[in-house]
Amino acid sequence: MLGYFIRRVLVLIPVFLAVSAVIFSIIHLIPGDPIDNLLKIGAGPEQREIMTARYGLDKPLVVQYWIWLSGVLQGDLGTAIVARRPVADLIAQALPHSLALGLCALAFSTFFGIVLGTIAALTRDRWPDQLIMTVVLLGSTVPGFWLGLLLILVFSVWLGMFPVSGARDWSAMVLPVLTVGLGGTALVARVTRVAMVEAGQRDFLMLLHAKGMRPARIQLRHVLRHALIPVVTILSLRIGWILGGAVTVEVVFARPGLGTLLIKSLNQHDYPVVQACLLILAMAVMLGTLAGDLIQAAMDPRVRAAL
Amino acid sequence: MLLRVKNLSVSIGTLTLLEGVSFDLAKGEIMGLVGESGSGKSLTALALTGLLPLIGGRVTAGSLEFDGTDMVTQPKRKLRALRGRRIAFITQNPMTALDPVQRIGPQVDFVSRTHLGLDRKAARARTIALLTQLRIPQADAICSSYPHQLSGGMKQRIVIAMALAGDPDLIVADEPTTALDVTVQAQIIHLLTRLVRERGLSLVLITHDMGVVAQACDKVAVLYAGRLAEQKPVHALFASPQHPYSAALIDCIPREGMAPGSLTGIPGNVASATAYPSGCRFHPRCPRAGAGCDTKVPVQRGLSDAGTVACHYPLNGAPDV
Repeated sequence: MLGYFIRRVLVLIPVFLAVSAVIFSIIHLIPGDPIDNLLKIGAGPEQREIMTARYGLDKPLVVQYWIWLSGVLQGDLGTAIVARRPVADLIAQALPHSLALGLCALAFSTFFGIVLGTIAALTRDRWPDQLIMTVVLLGSTVPGFWLGLLLILVFSVWLGMFPVSGARDWSAMVLPVLTVGLGGTALVARVTRVAMVEAGQRDFLMLLHAKGMRPARIQLRHVLRHALIPVVTILSLRIGWILGGAVTVEVVFARPGLGTLLIKSLNQHDYPVVQACLLILAMAVMLGTLAGDLIQAAMDPRVRAAL
Repeated sequence: MLLRVKNLSVSIGTLTLLEGVSFDLAKGEIMGLVGESGSGKSLTALALTGLLPLIGGRVTAGSLEFDGTDMVTQPKRKLRALRGRRIAFITQNPMTALDPVQRIGPQVDFVSRTHLGLDRKAARARTIALLTQLRIPQADAICSSYPHQLSGGMKQRIVIAMALAGDPDLIVADEPTTALDVTVQAQIIHLLTRLVRERGLSLVLITHDMGVVAQACDKVAVLYAGRLAEQKPVHALFASPQHPYSAALIDCIPREGMAPGSLTGIPGNVASATAYPSGCRFHPRCPRAGAGCDTKVPVQRGLSDAGTVACHYPLNGAPDV
């Protein structure tokens, strides 16, 4: 198990390098540059040259990439060109907000997704299943930014229950968590239902019945236990995704966070900030996948045996 | 009689898969239930253990009495209390019979904890004692291993241990060795029948291996296409089978000194439940079929040696036309 863990972490190194290269190149494909945002109206080409040289943007891309990467590997994310502050400061300000939103939404969708999926599986093809699956279908197709606006309209504007925007206290969290969490709930519920139905057809259940086990116990202790293995895999993929997926929702609710920071920096072509944000999101995905693999090994002795 | 099955019919949906099956089983008796695949053996096993609803089946006629209580009319809760406690079931394929993500120990402990009210420690002690009786080395270590770490024969011993853990009166074993290596099959059958004999339990042993029947059983019931063909004490069946199907099954056993190539099967295929032949369902494959076999359903009748046979032209017996 420890050997497996070390191997999995080592594999992350080339993945990290590849991801960083892709992030770097893609950003520089976007037309325009951050200097446009810095120059005052009427500035001449000489001033542009001076500014470009100051931020090292005149060097070949490969050299720029190397300078950035060696900085990152030493823990230095660089300085924001437009915002003129250390990127690490900007990230440190934004990340806790995104993490809080992401983790709450993940917990929300995990809990309700598994509960709804289980109910649907247990009442397969009867009305509770059909109701849940219809709602879930809607939930998984409605885009987050539209759902967010709808929730604001109903709960903030009409009912006045929650603030429209911002991140002052817990009440401002409710609607964003709902918005991000509902899509996830739909996904988790669907996966749970399918996995439960599949696990419910396994041969070993016959012997549990033959031993005189209560059907409720068979469902919860054995069927659900097996169904959770694929559910955990899906959830771990979402750990990373949920930070990135919250981007548009943060903008809709005007919440501080990684998403808002990313969009703002993108508009300003603030390369170091955009690169750092994307790198963090990519890392979150990589670590989520790693966590998923480890949890799966912990849950299934057969997976452990195959390591 | 511990078990009394009378005219039992079982259906799944509109299809009647088991029709008018009757047999008795006394305490301490071992009965073999033989027949080809699709003859209704497993369905009988599920009926005996009250597990028919799991595959969408139901008893449509007849009765099934276990120690004086009618299993057909018992509420689910009562059946559940019987299962694992007084009636134990050994399933067909040990490779898939155990929960792959649970350790062996708790899977066996469950039976004595639930049905005998033992606490965790007492249940584990009982489990270890049972596994040791089943000649499982290092029973202690086996308890903390997972099913995939054990061989098929070992897993089937675990399943047998589960069956014995509730101190049952009746064990229903559905082809307990079919999925195992030939070398292990004999071991398992021997072990199972020895423990059953020692404890004076009754056993319904479902198999398609006539050799196993000859070796282990007191009596035997032969099923064909969902109906009972013949039943009688084992020695009587092997000495003088009366149903042509029983005779054909016995002829399928390889014997010493047989000329190469002389072992033949039964011509034709087992009738499909969706298109059973009229009259006697065996008549299209039967060498003795005569007038009336394709129109009249043969009834069970006692001929000799404490058995019954359902055939119009039985071997060593008067025709019934």
